[in-house]
Amino acid sequence: MSEPTNTVSESSVVVPNGSGAAAILSAGIGSLAIAFFAIAADQFAFVKNLLVFYKPTGALSGETTVAILLWLAAWVILDWRWHKKTVSLGRINVIALGLLGLSLLLTFPPIGDLF
Amino acid sequence: MEITSRSLWTLIHGMGFGALYLLAGSGAIVALYRQYSTNVSSQSVLGGDRFLGIYLTVMAALAWLTVLSGTYIIYPWYRAAPPAGIVNLAAYPRSLLLSNPATRQWHSIGMEWKEHVAWLVPIVITAAAVVAIRYARDLRNQSQLRSVLLGFVAATLLAAGIAGFFGAMLDKNAPVEGGQTIRLVQGE
Repeated sequence: MSEPTNTVSESSVVVPNGSGAAAILSAGIGSLAIAFFAIAADQFAFVKNLLVFYKPTGALSGETTVAILLWLAAWVILDWRWHKKTVSLGRINVIALGLLGLSLLLTFPPIGDLF
Repeated sequence: MEITSRSLWTLIHGMGFGALYLLAGSGAIVALYRQYSTNVSSQSVLGGDRFLGIYLTVMAALAWLTVLSGTYIIYPWYRAAPPAGIVNLAAYPRSLLLSNPATRQWHSIGMEWKEHVAWLVPIVITAAAVVAIRYARDLRNQSQLRSVLLGFVAATLLAAGIAGFFGAMLDKNAPVEGGQTIRLVQGE
């Protein structure tokens, strides 16, 4: 993406990127949590049974609910720590996109079944 | 002309929320590129910052509606266990697919991937929407945030595309049918 050349006078103060970094990294964590619980429920019967929060949907209800709670918890904690800071976003972007890519791969059953 | 209530819900889930998300996703990539490329006037940039936040929020709402309707309305019909001794499995799509070696992997790979990969979409696009709203005009000063937004939207498009493809193929091989019959047009 090319750098912007437009200048807008109202945007003279740069907002710290910590809140954005928290949202981005927590999304990567939440994505990996979906893949992690999918694999765990597939591999261990007791985990599968534990994650049946709503019987008609089976373990998918618990896998997604727990992953969403983890995602939100990670988001709240990271935002609380970073919202006033400017952090090294390049590294966080690479980690978040890496976690997302890994999640896409791990949710693919032939790869998830390797564990 | 009739449709069953379960077919209607499948349409709302896939052709409604899901297909709209895919359309909106390609639009978001164009919008993100246009918004932060050169040769855009300051006036349109200011309006565009606000528009981008609203646009990604609508996408997030569509993503949540898609996964929630899929998981809690349609999936229970898909995975319902047939009563013992039943021969016609048409009303039990999962069992129907698993009963034939030629269709078994539409469930074991297709549905197993779809049901999980789809859930990455609302998580990631919600984060993107919050970033777009939070930073709005300041996004032009945050090139790394813009880059990751583009990456996030592209990744959700891929995940939603996988889910949509398998949803369409599953519905082709073992459609979710049943429920109340809704008459759309009275026959002559």
